[in-house]
Amino acid sequence: MLRSALLLGLGRGPLGRGLSTHRGGSTLDWERKVSEIKKKIQSILPGGAWDPLYNTSYLPPEHADVVIVGGGVLGLSVAYWLKKLEKPRGAIRVLVVERDHTYSRASTVLSVGGIRQQFSVPENVQLSLFSVDFLRNINEYLAVVDDPPLDIQFNPSGYLLLASEKGAAIMENNVKVQRQEGAKVCLMSPEQLRNKFPWINTEGVALASYGFVSSSHHMETMSGEEVNLKRIHEVHVKIDQSLEYQPVECAIVINAAGAWSGQVAELAGIGKGPPGTLQGTKLPVELRKRYVYLWHCPQGPGLETPFVIDPSGTYFRREGLGQNYLGGCSPTEEEEPDPGNLEVDHDFFQDKVWPTLAQRVPAFESLKVRSAWAGYYDYNTFDQNGVVGPHPLVLNMYFATGFSGHGLQQAPAVGRAVAEMVLEGHFKTINLSSFLFSRFYLGEKVQERNII
Amino acid sequence: MAAPRASLHLVARVWNGGTRGIRGPSRVLAPEGNQKEGRSLLRFLADRFHDVEVLRDYLLRKQVMKVNQKNRFQGKEWIRPNQRGHFSLDFLKLQAVPVEAVDASGCAINYQGLDSLLALKELQSLWLQHCPHVDDWCLSRLHPLASSLQELSLAGCPRISERGLACLHHLWNLRRLDISDLPAVSNPGLTRILVEEMLPNCEVLGADWAQGLKLGPEEQSRDPASPMPA
Repeated sequence: MLRSALLLGLGRGPLGRGLSTHRGGSTLDWERKVSEIKKKIQSILPGGAWDPLYNTSYLPPEHADVVIVGGGVLGLSVAYWLKKLEKPRGAIRVLVVERDHTYSRASTVLSVGGIRQQFSVPENVQLSLFSVDFLRNINEYLAVVDDPPLDIQFNPSGYLLLASEKGAAIMENNVKVQRQEGAKVCLMSPEQLRNKFPWINTEGVALASYGFVSSSHHMETMSGEEVNLKRIHEVHVKIDQSLEYQPVECAIVINAAGAWSGQVAELAGIGKGPPGTLQGTKLPVELRKRYVYLWHCPQGPGLETPFVIDPSGTYFRREGLGQNYLGGCSPTEEEEPDPGNLEVDHDFFQDKVWPTLAQRVPAFESLKVRSAWAGYYDYNTFDQNGVVGPHPLVLNMYFATGFSGHGLQQAPAVGRAVAEMVLEGHFKTINLSSFLFSRFYLGEKVQERNII
Repeated sequence: MAAPRASLHLVARVWNGGTRGIRGPSRVLAPEGNQKEGRSLLRFLADRFHDVEVLRDYLLRKQVMKVNQKNRFQGKEWIRPNQRGHFSLDFLKLQAVPVEAVDASGCAINYQGLDSLLALKELQSLWLQHCPHVDDWCLSRLHPLASSLQELSLAGCPRISERGLACLHHLWNLRRLDISDLPAVSNPGLTRILVEEMLPNCEVLGADWAQGLKLGPEEQSRDPASPMPA
């Protein structure tokens, strides 16, 4: 355990080692200083690690306050909000570690890119409402002086969720929850649906909910058996394609590694223990592969097409002016493809996606697939909702992951929530205490039903 | 249609500082034009700055929001600000009368400012020409006016793109829509066709549908100025 990549120290007596940074600390801690000087001398001597003749500027710094593992949208959002919400300016040193600078397998860049407020869990609705607000005012947050203003090319066409007879009651409940949180959603009968969108075949649809893009205007602001508490002291950042690594001493580690968060959590020793105990509860986030197809259909639905989600789980949206559409379908548990690579299975489109598309929108009987790609969901096998907040045992690991396909749309709000947790110790604006890690041990599911 | 309209705008803007608003093509413009010609340069410059200043004042105080250049109440004529940009106070007597038409052209109205416009449940005609802060998000807010709005003009708004125009689908009562001269729309001719398909009962004034189409080789050699392909 002690030799593993992340050095863990068992919490010994006074919390001396972990808390004092190299900047602070007015106590004369001679023992520590002497040992540090000894380490430095050893590294200068031949055979040691430090060599002043070599250029080490490509290495990450030796000390950082917060290390964020994962440079996707969630990791960057947490980093942004940490710097934005810190009280004295420049107080916190944040290091974002991302192993792939081309983002070739990152879920962020491979996402279909929709944002909706139609969720069944109220916290998710609040997260989306704030995120829409963030996107609308993105220039207030992210604009750079002297650069042209950002244009996120947002399409405010809204989401249309269709429900069959079985799901109609659940949909009504969900709409009630969404409206309570302030989202603008309207319920439509099949006839209203046909009037509004004549290209839909409403057979099998009992109810539809159409969500306008709305943003939040009023956001409310939101304790024995002996356990071994652990702290992470150092993160070893390995340099690409070499054996070299830089130990970064840090106070807090944030796990925003997306689909690979489970593996990062295992490195920290989470889940190593007898099953059924808190030590043995793993982070249940896994890679799941999903396909997205881009097709062209000249007679397809017009400019007003919202993001349509069929009761069977097939979804599509329009892209641009040229009658192109993006869409896909989540496979059932039995059909889950092997997540080892990002190869696209075109037969899946032929067998599973196209029939439902053609049934729902008759114009899609004749379409031509232009391209396709695959990406990963950071799928939370427990309840398909995000994991946010600290781990009860590993005191300084925080999670911001597990959003199972709706991470991109909630990233600004989740980033802010995690930053508040890190800086203040509790959630201030949106209360995400039901998304903490402890629910996996206690077995309390916060099931999100509207997952695509 | 786009070219003559643009010159109308220019004339009106220079002479009134853009705060008087543009009247629709169905109205007669002559009387106002004559009135303006008599002014000296200094007078209308002062007028213009004052108008803009007053307007900004009004906009900041969002409670006082029936602050458009012209409101038309049911059955009555337009209510316009006088030469100094002040509204006469008789319109306060009309508070119970529904507002039928609003001309907010050139006004710096933004996403939050639309709150006041959306409260007007009987609004039939809305002109938002050349509004610099009206963008796609603002268009997505217009759906509460769907049952009454019949005329909408968005000409010349620099931030509106074709994605925002997709939200106009909710305005099923719309009969006249002006989307000419939108610089942020990538393909104005194609966008106009798609919007016409989206709103079958609506007359759409926009870019010429042939604009942007490439000429075939025969037409190019024949007459490069002709916009109509074979």
